[in-house]
Amino acid sequence: MTDTPIAIEVDCSTGIATERPLTAEEIAARDAAAAAAEADAKAKADADAAKAAALAATNAKLMALGLTQEDIDNLLNAAKA
Amino acid sequence: MANPTLVQLATTTVGSGGVSSVTFSSIPQTYTDLKLVVSGKTDYTGAAYDLGYVGFNGVTTNLSFIRLQGSGSAASSTSGTGGIFFRANASGTGSTNTFGNAEIYIPNYTGSTNKSASVDSVEENNGTEAYTGLFAGLWSSTAAITSLTAYPNNGNWAQYSTFYLYGIKNS
Repeated sequence: MTDTPIAIEVDCSTGIATERPLTAEEIAARDAAAAAAEADAKAKADADAAKAAALAATNAKLMALGLTQEDIDNLLNAAKA
Repeated sequence: MANPTLVQLATTTVGSGGVSSVTFSSIPQTYTDLKLVVSGKTDYTGAAYDLGYVGFNGVTTNLSFIRLQGSGSAASSTSGTGGIFFRANASGTGSTNTFGNAEIYIPNYTGSTNKSASVDSVEENNGTEAYTGLFAGLWSSTAAITSLTAYPNNGNWAQYSTFYLYGIKNS
């Protein structure tokens, strides 16, 4: 059994804090937000992995042309400067 | 005696069992700016670091942010929607006895223009990777802010997380 999530509400006019269980609507919205955040994180991880793979492939091509890793790093550092 | 310029409006500390959100309601409309200070930790155990986010007047729509982040070994910049985010600790390995720190500053919260926010936040843990996060936030709404809710990005706010809301008068 899963406990119903609790929310705290502090009334600034009285300073009184009230704890209450989330409504079904609030729980559904929370679950949807969590699912969306997970999908965003996966999309970002996939994009990062694709970018890293593309960079590694480019690096390999440059080395195949005879450049050393030091040469490539120097080029990259010069481009960043 | 001069009028105070920074007044604590309300505070709360999360008890055992955690909570899914913290709301400050009935925010007085007599100040110029608001400042929310958070010592935050979520109960998410998948990592030592996490995020929290803020919504206004019961909604998290029409909210967006731009983030500049550093991990100690890399820097990055991203943007997104759904809240004004800030860094917080999580409860994974390396997070024992540590909490994140965040300050969210919201100027002109009673005005009839869109609301901006600036966020200065850190997540600190007992590992080698920890995150700082500067966020620029925007709520595209002309409504005055009467309530503010802080949500954890994952799970619940953990016990001993604390939230302080201040009102600031510029006159």
